[in-house]
Amino acid sequence: MSDETEKLKESAEESKKKFGSPIVVDQKTSSSLWFDQRELNVRYLISINRIKKFYEELSKGKVMATKCNKCGEIYFPPQSYCNKCGSNSMSWIELSGSGELLTYTIINVKPQSFSHYPDYAIGIAKMPQGVNVLAWIDGDVRSLRVGMKVRLEVKRRDPEGYLTYWIKPE
Amino acid sequence: MRRVGIIGASYTKFGERFDSNMQELAWEAFNDALKEANIEKDSVDYSIVSNMGGWSSESLPAVIVSEGLGINPKGSVRVEAACASGSAAIKLAHDIIASGQADVVLALGVEKMRESPTKTIVEYIGRAGNFMWEFENFGLTFPGYYALYATAYMSKYGAKEEDLCEVAVKNHYYGSLNEKAQFTNRITLEKCMSSPYVAWPLKLYDCSPITDGAAAVLLASENFIKEHKSEAVWISGIGYATGTANLSKRDDFSGLDAARRAALQAYAKAGINPDRPASQLDLAEVHDCFTIAEVMAYEDLGFAKKGEGIKLVKEKQTYIGGLIPVNLDGGLKAKGHPIGATGESMIAELYHQLLGKVKGGRQADIKNGRALAHNVGGTGHYAYVTILSLDRSDHA
Repeated sequence: MSDETEKLKESAEESKKKFGSPIVVDQKTSSSLWFDQRELNVRYLISINRIKKFYEELSKGKVMATKCNKCGEIYFPPQSYCNKCGSNSMSWIELSGSGELLTYTIINVKPQSFSHYPDYAIGIAKMPQGVNVLAWIDGDVRSLRVGMKVRLEVKRRDPEGYLTYWIKPE
Repeated sequence: MRRVGIIGASYTKFGERFDSNMQELAWEAFNDALKEANIEKDSVDYSIVSNMGGWSSESLPAVIVSEGLGINPKGSVRVEAACASGSAAIKLAHDIIASGQADVVLALGVEKMRESPTKTIVEYIGRAGNFMWEFENFGLTFPGYYALYATAYMSKYGAKEEDLCEVAVKNHYYGSLNEKAQFTNRITLEKCMSSPYVAWPLKLYDCSPITDGAAAVLLASENFIKEHKSEAVWISGIGYATGTANLSKRDDFSGLDAARRAALQAYAKAGINPDRPASQLDLAEVHDCFTIAEVMAYEDLGFAKKGEGIKLVKEKQTYIGGLIPVNLDGGLKAKGHPIGATGESMIAELYHQLLGKVKGGRQADIKNGRALAHNVGGTGHYAYVTILSLDRSDHA
């Protein structure tokens, strides 16, 4: 819960005791607001069943894309079917070698679920295989330049402790 | 296909509308539009409610709105095209009337973003892309998506943060003349430049705010307009396109492909020369969710050549009296950006501009009788370009 919400909750609890209803008053506008008594927590279950090999290869330190066996189209993020020619026959290729940093940003104002991280840099790299990869950049943000050479690196993301891929300046 | 006109339009005061709930906001916009159109609410055959939601409590906004406006049982639907939801509602309303299935359709956008705390809203809008491969693992935010464009644009064309801030200065200036704007304060370049980074290189004053608000547009058939002798502004062309969900699947980060495609379609439909559209339009509303977005819009719409959008800003060509006035209501930046209602509010502004009804020193000179609204959803995920005209026969 954010500090903002925490304060409102305290004020609503006080209002319930004194007044009988969870009503809070906005400081700026003096408007009365009902403080919702029902909380919704959301966490999704997302199918990765048809691209499970991506995660198997990630555990070996490789970042993989899919390639259509019929027309040769390459997909990253990996896709289990080809919407260009209609084929469902795909194979896996590794995204490796030296890529180019197309653009980047530093996230200063973070979403609630990322608020435990220090400011992070996100980039998009064009890989020699012809597809782009968006990921966090592992490196000194002051040295970043559009067009610089980068490669992909797989390592564990803390504090969640799961494997993911980074863009690393060469 | 029948011609379709707008007979009334309005938007509420934008801002932190803690004083009103969703139904009250919708009513405020609808009631004003109805009075302007001088029709009874029973004339409305169907309604389309644009709303993004998630941050607000109501799961079925279209039925909440229909009940609140007292237009049951006429039929309704909620549409979502992210920040372009309002223009999507206008397009569908247009098509329903043009095809002869209804005579009067209401497009109503409403958003109650402030029912949730800021961090939750940042969380929701950050998910406006590809969830797994952008948000879940990398925590993109909405300013972050546009910051990726800003970095690439600045690097390619040598634009500076100061240049982007000039857009904010302009839009705050016009916001100060619009009593319905969320921000009615003027700002200096220094104020913008000294504001904290939100997603480098974008700063707080490069960003549109979190906004509550509603906007209503009443559209009607040619026959209805003739019978009721309504004062109308006509829709002469709507262009639309989509872009990849995942930003990494794009090659160019200096403009929005979907917006360029939507513009060309709209120009073709309205009979506007795509090589010099600014000379055939009196003003434009463009989607300045971030300052970089307004600069890219100038180029995507053909008001400036690639890389020269920043020149229009520096030369103040998008103020009244310049090449083409843009966002005379303060834009998303100062007027505010209640996601689902933004599109209708753009159309409402242009409707009043074309009819010469705007007060407060921000009325554009109307010579061509034509105006354009450029409404982008997400980061070029959806794009709608709508051209309005005073001339009923004005279409290709």
